[in-house]
Amino acid sequence: MLRSFGSVLRRDIVVTGKDLVAFLAQVLLQPVFFLFVFGKLLTSLGYTSSGYSNLLFPGLVALTATVTAIQAMAFPLVVEFGWTKEIEDRLLAPLPLWAVAAEKVLFASLRALAASAVMFPIGIGVLGSIPYRAAGLGLLVGVALLGSLVGACIGLTIGTFVPVTKINIAFALIFTPLLFTGATQYPWPSLAHLRWFQVVSAANPITYVSEGMRAALVPNIPHIPGWICLLALAGSLALFGTLGMIGFRRRAID
Amino acid sequence: MEVRDLVKRYPKARTDAVDRLTFAVAGGEIFGLLGPNGAGKSTTIGVLTTRVRPTAGQALIANVDVTVAPRTVRSLLGVVPQRNNLDRSLSVRQNLLFHAAYHGVPKAVRTRRAEALLEQFSLTDRANEKPDLFSGGQNQRMMIARALMHDPRVLFLDEPSTGLDPAARLFVWDRIRELREAGVTIVLTTHDMDEAAALADRVGIVDSGRLLALDTPAALVRGLATGSSLQVTVELAGELGVAGLLDRLGTLAGVQRCEQVGAEAAVYTIRLCLTGEAAAMITPVATAVAEVGARLTGMEIGEASLEDVFIELTGRSLR
Repeated sequence: MLRSFGSVLRRDIVVTGKDLVAFLAQVLLQPVFFLFVFGKLLTSLGYTSSGYSNLLFPGLVALTATVTAIQAMAFPLVVEFGWTKEIEDRLLAPLPLWAVAAEKVLFASLRALAASAVMFPIGIGVLGSIPYRAAGLGLLVGVALLGSLVGACIGLTIGTFVPVTKINIAFALIFTPLLFTGATQYPWPSLAHLRWFQVVSAANPITYVSEGMRAALVPNIPHIPGWICLLALAGSLALFGTLGMIGFRRRAID
Repeated sequence: MEVRDLVKRYPKARTDAVDRLTFAVAGGEIFGLLGPNGAGKSTTIGVLTTRVRPTAGQALIANVDVTVAPRTVRSLLGVVPQRNNLDRSLSVRQNLLFHAAYHGVPKAVRTRRAEALLEQFSLTDRANEKPDLFSGGQNQRMMIARALMHDPRVLFLDEPSTGLDPAARLFVWDRIRELREAGVTIVLTTHDMDEAAALADRVGIVDSGRLLALDTPAALVRGLATGSSLQVTVELAGELGVAGLLDRLGTLAGVQRCEQVGAEAAVYTIRLCLTGEAAAMITPVATAVAEVGARLTGMEIGEASLEDVFIELTGRSLR
């Protein structure tokens, strides 16, 4: 079984490897512009304080990890189940169904981790310097890993529950709110005076990735404690992992 | 391979897609499931290939229950689906190699097997291309080659020649016969009686999820009340309708049934199922055609076919 699983994973790596430039453009263009405009440009023009880029950077790494994982998962799944049927050959391999889904989750997470790692050199290039703390490395890796897995499982859920004809509207309705309620551009505890938005943000798993990254990289900025972030992410993983597997089973077997 | 009292009802459906289907296929046999679209053929294949969960009943492949040990079953069977599901991100050769790798075939074996199958299916020239722009025939050849990469005991072909041109169809038929010679058990579905008659050792006729008859094509045809048939081509002039002609021909003594099987402009093809010798009916039919004012342009004597068997069983044409 391990050999089959490895081959399915190798297929995804080979296919992505052939299109590395497209992959990087797809995942990095948006965070690079975010960094440049909000972290660099607005600060240099005096509209934001110089500390803002330190607050924004961990948030953008979090956003890149989660959103990359969601996209790497949901788009191909919708297309493969609904249109090209490409996945059928893997569903007919002598692998348990959950292993086919798990391979997809693993691969989407690897893509997401790669994309978030590339954010660090890019951050240095755009901002000049980025916040980094060796003591926070363990938490940083843990949060990035869980955040990528949660993103992949959200993608698995979207990709298996949304029909191919509704994918455009589903992405519009899901992505924009996810993008702006994930505490990416603001620290969550500072929302105390805007209670309703704080509650909305608390429901977005990306919030715990952003806040966890801040706990690891810039602990002087008010943040949700790291252990709460890890716990919330583990809970989200269990929730979306279960939902995604249910969706995958539904699509794979009539 | 064996299917016992198989039932499949899809959620929200009012009737069973497969309704207590029972049949067995011997090793090394070509078994055809013949029926119109929507008869439950693909659903049956879906259950046997572990992609559809049965509502009731049992399906066994090499004595392994498909719902109990789906992984074992999947390693025993090859599937050529009705719709193209080739991996469009991979080249032809990679499609074959990765399929074998998913099935755990060792590298040296899969490389050797891929080259042999590419050659056998005339795909070597385009082995490094992606299948995006391939014709239906090339895709079908690729899907069969891919299904053979892990050396399956049973090969399922869902409508193997639908949409293929005659040459591609004959090519596919030849390959299927070669596989039988090599000892592979083959289960194919088709709504094409010619294909069932040409390929299958035994044919199961299905309609509305039920198995109506099962035997060799020759025995099915022999069991018909109809002896022979006559195919008549006529040109109808002016206001004359084809219905009037059908009525007239249908009432001739010796004609059991009469139906229109084709029409092009004012030229109609009509098929008569006869109780007796076809030759004896040529004159009466020609006279009847002339009497209604139509022009006879062709007449052909035919043997009864699986199509007639289907019509006798269901009262409807396969098409």
